[in-house]
Amino acid sequence: MNFDKKIATRDGFGEEIVALGKENRNILVVDADIGKSCKTGAFRKELPEQYLNVGIAEQNCAGVAAGLATCGKIPFIVTYAAFGSMRMVEMIRQEICYPHLNVKIACSHGGVTPANDGASHQAIEDMGILRTIPNMTVIMPADYYSARKLVRAAAEFDGPVYLRFTRDAIPVIYDEEDSFVIGKAKQLRQGKDVAIIANGDTVRLALQAAEELAAQGIEARVLDMHTVKPLDTEAVMDCIENIGRIVTVEDHNILNGLGSAVCELAAEAGKGKVRRLGIQDQFGMSAPYERLLAMNGVTVENIVDSAKALLK
Amino acid sequence: MKENLSVAQLKNKCVDLKKNAISMIYKAQSGHPGGSLSIADFVTACYWHAMDVDPQNPRWVDRDRFVLSKGHTCPAQYAALAMKGYFDMSVLDTLRQEGSILQGHPDMKKCPGIDISTGSLGQGFACAAGMALAAKLDGKDYNVFCAIGDGECNEGEIWEAAGTAYKYKLDNLIAFIDWNNLQLDGTCEEIMPPVDLAKKFEAFGFQVWQIDGNDMEQVVKALDEAMAAKNGLPKCIVGKTVKGKGVSYMENQCGWHGVAPNAEQYRQAMEELDGQYVSC
Repeated sequence: MNFDKKIATRDGFGEEIVALGKENRNILVVDADIGKSCKTGAFRKELPEQYLNVGIAEQNCAGVAAGLATCGKIPFIVTYAAFGSMRMVEMIRQEICYPHLNVKIACSHGGVTPANDGASHQAIEDMGILRTIPNMTVIMPADYYSARKLVRAAAEFDGPVYLRFTRDAIPVIYDEEDSFVIGKAKQLRQGKDVAIIANGDTVRLALQAAEELAAQGIEARVLDMHTVKPLDTEAVMDCIENIGRIVTVEDHNILNGLGSAVCELAAEAGKGKVRRLGIQDQFGMSAPYERLLAMNGVTVENIVDSAKALLK
Repeated sequence: MKENLSVAQLKNKCVDLKKNAISMIYKAQSGHPGGSLSIADFVTACYWHAMDVDPQNPRWVDRDRFVLSKGHTCPAQYAALAMKGYFDMSVLDTLRQEGSILQGHPDMKKCPGIDISTGSLGQGFACAAGMALAAKLDGKDYNVFCAIGDGECNEGEIWEAAGTAYKYKLDNLIAFIDWNNLQLDGTCEEIMPPVDLAKKFEAFGFQVWQIDGNDMEQVVKALDEAMAAKNGLPKCIVGKTVKGKGVSYMENQCGWHGVAPNAEQYRQAMEELDGQYVSC
């Protein structure tokens, strides 16, 4: 596998939103003074009449977006994942999800990717928090190309969507031609012995782990579960029913994220063994991105070990 | 489809509205009478004087909008909506009941005429700013009227929204501060001193009116001036009001924030309100 080409998924968002804004003049960007960092610079320059910046005032940002949406606009709130999921969460619940308004919350700096910024900026709880709000859709693309496609899918979807991007550059694993459907897992590898269900940049780790397992005679199915909610229950149930051994991998707290969602299905089915890899319910620190993942056991080696442990 | 009632007619409409608001709270044995009464004059003046709306077409895109940021006082708005014909008057009897379109706090998906769901304080004003901003982006001339509580101004989001209103020159946004000086736990001074709300909004760049918010003539005059002043400045009418206005035993009583009257109290309230009609 060649993962040499690296692009941050926030760049994918920044490019796609310009294309979308030109196609549909109702699409707006509502920034909260971190637009440059979230890659809305091109949108601001090329579509100034569709660009708003409400300052460092995230709660108001969510409310303004809701008001705009009631008047037929399709606002993309743009901020960091920590703020877009927590600083404004009650406004998202009350003014966006409860009335089911067509607002998108597009967040850079997901997971531990704002590595050297430290724990304050590392959003490890965000998808879990938003997953529990009715009417919300929660998405984390795995690379640049899927980010572009899923941003477009979110814009075309009528309702609240939370999109989570990486700050750091991550390997490109897809081609421009790959297609993505909200709520449908993308199977990247066939396998009968173990399933590895991942999202975000950890899909790349899952693919590498599957290669290593294959070298040891173990066939792993790999799923990119870019949509955490609504979960592709059909794909997960197929893993539970027909494989029975699942490793989940995510750049998110192991509580309440992808791993938890998979466990919920396995527990209710009364079968299937699951190992959750992710952030070990602890705050991060300023450190390199890959180091932070390693501190939490989110590594190719640990995916391989976990898969083998399930096979024992 | 603006209505043009005289001040005397508006005063009588306001008495009707108050009676309906108290009646629905009495029947539900639940709700917030105090703030519903203090805001009643503003709600009446909006629906029967200032606003261009079509009850037969509640989602008409060019309508004026009304945002009850202090969502707990929705009995006042529900009464107005029923009286305007958005839904049948009998629906008012279903306030807070299972299956009702009249939720404990306004729900835009259930109730026609509600432009945004509110109930968590501090949030409606930002939504109102968003609506006013949409009008500016689309080159439309509708206004957005927003009722805000004095206690609600404790919320930081109110002031964040004020910043947005100033930045984007939302002169089509007309806020009304219901300064009845009582919050749930006590007086504003006790809970969180408001200092001078008029000066605060002035400092945020608003064009401000200070009036007696329970004097219909003053409310109408301020609204007329606010709607006429297309000068790039957002508007704020700071109305000194009396919580529980019009029902003697509720007036200025913190205890009547969120309590329903009993049968005898209800009878007395209706009797007192009946005595407040003026001759037109």
